Amino acid sequence: MQAFSQLLDSLILTPGRNAKITLLCDYFARTPDPARGWALAAITGELDLKTIKPAMIRALVSERMDEELFRLSYDYVGDLAETVSLVWPETHGANYSPTLDEIVDTVQDTPKAKAPELIAHWLDRLGASERWALLKLVTGGLRIGVSARLAKQALAKFGGVKAGEIEELWHGLDAPYEDLFAWLSGDGEKPTPDMSGAFRPVMLAHPLIAKKDRDDPDAINPDMITPEAFAAEWKWDGIRVQAVSENGVRHLYTRTGDDISHTFPDVVAAMEFDAVLDGELLVRKPDGNVAPFNDLQQRLNRKTVSKKMLSERPAFIRAYDILHHGEEDLRALTFRERRAKLEALLGTSPTDRFDVSPLVEVTDAASLNALRNAPPQPEIEGLMLKRWESIYEAGRPKGPWFKWKRDPFLIDAVIMYAQRGHGRRSGYFSDFTFGVWAETDEGHEITPVGKAYFGFTDDELKELDKFVRNNTIDRFGPVRMVKATREEGLVVEVAFEGLNASPRHKSGVAMRFPRFNRIRWDKPAAEAETLDGLKEFLSYSET
Amino acid sequence: MRSPDQLLHPTPAGLYCPVGDFYIDPVRAVDRAVITHGHADHARAGHGAVLATPETINIMAARYGEDFTAKRQPTELGEVVSINGVEVSLAPAGHVLGSAQAVVEHKGLRMVCTGDYKRRQDPTCTPFEPVPCHVFISEATFALPVFRHPDDREEIRKLLHSLTTFPDRAHLVGVYALGKAQRVISLIREAGYQDTIYIHGALKSLCDLYEDHGISLGSLEPATLEKGVAKEEQAKFAGKIVMGPPSAFRDKWARRFPDPITVFCSGWMRIRQRAKQSGVELPIILSDHADWDELTQTVRDVNPQELWVTHGREDALCRWAELEGYSARPLRLVGYDEDS
Repeated sequence: MQAFSQLLDSLILTPGRNAKITLLCDYFARTPDPARGWALAAITGELDLKTIKPAMIRALVSERMDEELFRLSYDYVGDLAETVSLVWPETHGANYSPTLDEIVDTVQDTPKAKAPELIAHWLDRLGASERWALLKLVTGGLRIGVSARLAKQALAKFGGVKAGEIEELWHGLDAPYEDLFAWLSGDGEKPTPDMSGAFRPVMLAHPLIAKKDRDDPDAINPDMITPEAFAAEWKWDGIRVQAVSENGVRHLYTRTGDDISHTFPDVVAAMEFDAVLDGELLVRKPDGNVAPFNDLQQRLNRKTVSKKMLSERPAFIRAYDILHHGEEDLRALTFRERRAKLEALLGTSPTDRFDVSPLVEVTDAASLNALRNAPPQPEIEGLMLKRWESIYEAGRPKGPWFKWKRDPFLIDAVIMYAQRGHGRRSGYFSDFTFGVWAETDEGHEITPVGKAYFGFTDDELKELDKFVRNNTIDRFGPVRMVKATREEGLVVEVAFEGLNASPRHKSGVAMRFPRFNRIRWDKPAAEAETLDGLKEFLSYSET
Repeated sequence: MRSPDQLLHPTPAGLYCPVGDFYIDPVRAVDRAVITHGHADHARAGHGAVLATPETINIMAARYGEDFTAKRQPTELGEVVSINGVEVSLAPAGHVLGSAQAVVEHKGLRMVCTGDYKRRQDPTCTPFEPVPCHVFISEATFALPVFRHPDDREEIRKLLHSLTTFPDRAHLVGVYALGKAQRVISLIREAGYQDTIYIHGALKSLCDLYEDHGISLGSLEPATLEKGVAKEEQAKFAGKIVMGPPSAFRDKWARRFPDPITVFCSGWMRIRQRAKQSGVELPIILSDHADWDELTQTVRDVNPQELWVTHGREDALCRWAELEGYSARPLRLVGYDEDS
């Protein structure tokens, strides 16, 4: 456990990619099986102990210390596992440190009800760093600045093989990866797992415009986009999935390889082909068109799906690409060739559950730019541009594919409440609730419509913080209420990706991905948006 | 006995004693100041008169020049001075060389203002002594239960271990110029490391002053290179300790060192994200302030009738005191840095 916690500590503090890879290689070299395999699983997010919820950890702490002192500590540190590891009362004379494999084995064999007791027992015996590593391990989500991809690159370096080889095998392997480590250490053959039905690493696109050039559409070189070089297709507003149907084995995966087959039995039942398809998972409206993202969201993250849900919100896949057909791996073919195969498979006989995303005619950059901001259907987020000659490459290669999203919607809103941030921002009011004017019989009433906590620079944050401190009119625990009247109030331009009807919100609407676009120190509060004005975006999003 | 607020109360300039007409650690220039220790946020230049330990007076003179005050009143620990009928004395605080608690007594009411303090052993200064009093005014820099400083020697071992793991990298150790620098050097020497330690110019005068007070720091050399010397000369810093104020390491000054590894010695290093955000690769958790356990133990040791809490995380210490049955209040004095 000590070696594992030291590894995590060093990974967090080491800035360079190469240095991180070196740290991982060293760890793999000096740690025996199966501990190194469990560590790898934890780092790549494949270790799913699922025994302990953060609330259970909080309950353990509240048995041991004052709630208020814990809250002050957590507010300051900003991370639950780290806070608990630091405030946990030291037990003197405890000197037994369980190994990583012992922890994984024991947790897996422990009934849920006994888990908190087990964790407390270990916390009493470990030092602060190891307590932190243990808590990260059992609550899931290490967040140590190492992606699964980087871990695989470290494995490749450790074994002297190509990273692509690891990526390709990865989804056929299981923790603690003893066969993989045997191969990489030269003590065994390359594993040949049964890849039938396995997830294939997905190809992703870079945005066409770098974020910093957000306000500068001229930053793209329009000459680059020609009908000869690029195909264009709509970017649908659903979730990117991979549908695998091989030798009778069927799976539906998210783009990160999570298996969501059980959530979408309607789609899986319709996978009447022997192929691996890449596409967008969407919900169909009764009129046959694509339903708003909100409808799809209702179906996500459910363990069981009701019949009502299946009939009211039928899911389907709009296919973008084909990776395998029968025994044939198509990923080394060009997009042009793959597209022909995809159309041959689905294009002639689309079903309720599977159709092909149509191509958009490419003429020049100017007309595409107009199209991306005025798509024929509201459930289109923009355009995808793909080079005709691009092979299907895992990861996010620079150059072959681009996403060119619709510009965000913008409104002017007034800041109503502010809350202190966490961690580095714990001294600043950095989480803001903003509102717009609802017209009532008594006049204009400010109504909250969203929350945002980024989109400003560090200097702007200081200014915002100062504004909050100087304009507080009330406090509710950690929340400050600031002046927001027709005469006095701070206007911010808020950018968002879409607006959904939401009966759960007082305003009746919920914004998707709201963030500050700029702060309008100059603008009078009375000139901010009205609720009716905001709701016009709703009709735009839902018709 | 009179109300404590009549003897000492917070003002924008600092903690003020109206009866004696003096301030403790004022943040602005005043006629008469009692200074607990030489850190810049507690000891400012330009006061009419300064009462402090001889060491603190020397530190102020070294930092601000000989004319830092019109009138010096060097006062030994334990010596009692009467200021307009108020008895003032100094008790050791264990924070840095010369650091003291200010003990203020009038008509049977005794109030103690700790300034900054710590409880653990430090080879460079006199250890803290609890002074029984009615009102105890404690600092609260690390007053959260998450702050439990680990053993100093273990932390120093981390640094020395890194020197052997990375013999090609210069170890840039960020330390505050007064107190932390000399304590870290002393601990490194105690751990058996006798090589030359290279120091930034900002550390020199205070290291000399500590030497003058009998604290031996071993071989120190300026971390400078002659203008125009060959690149190879930089190699002399590889695998060596280079000390300076943290700000210097973000400066052009730091470019001269080969493949540097940034080390920072501070109590804040307890929090991983804090270390990460400051770009520190090797955090050394070492503080001249009391940690949570020391703060709470000190309140128990002193066992005052009232606890006043100043600069730092006042809410948490007040909450703890309330749970323990002490009467406590936050002072919310402004102007003190979040130093360590």
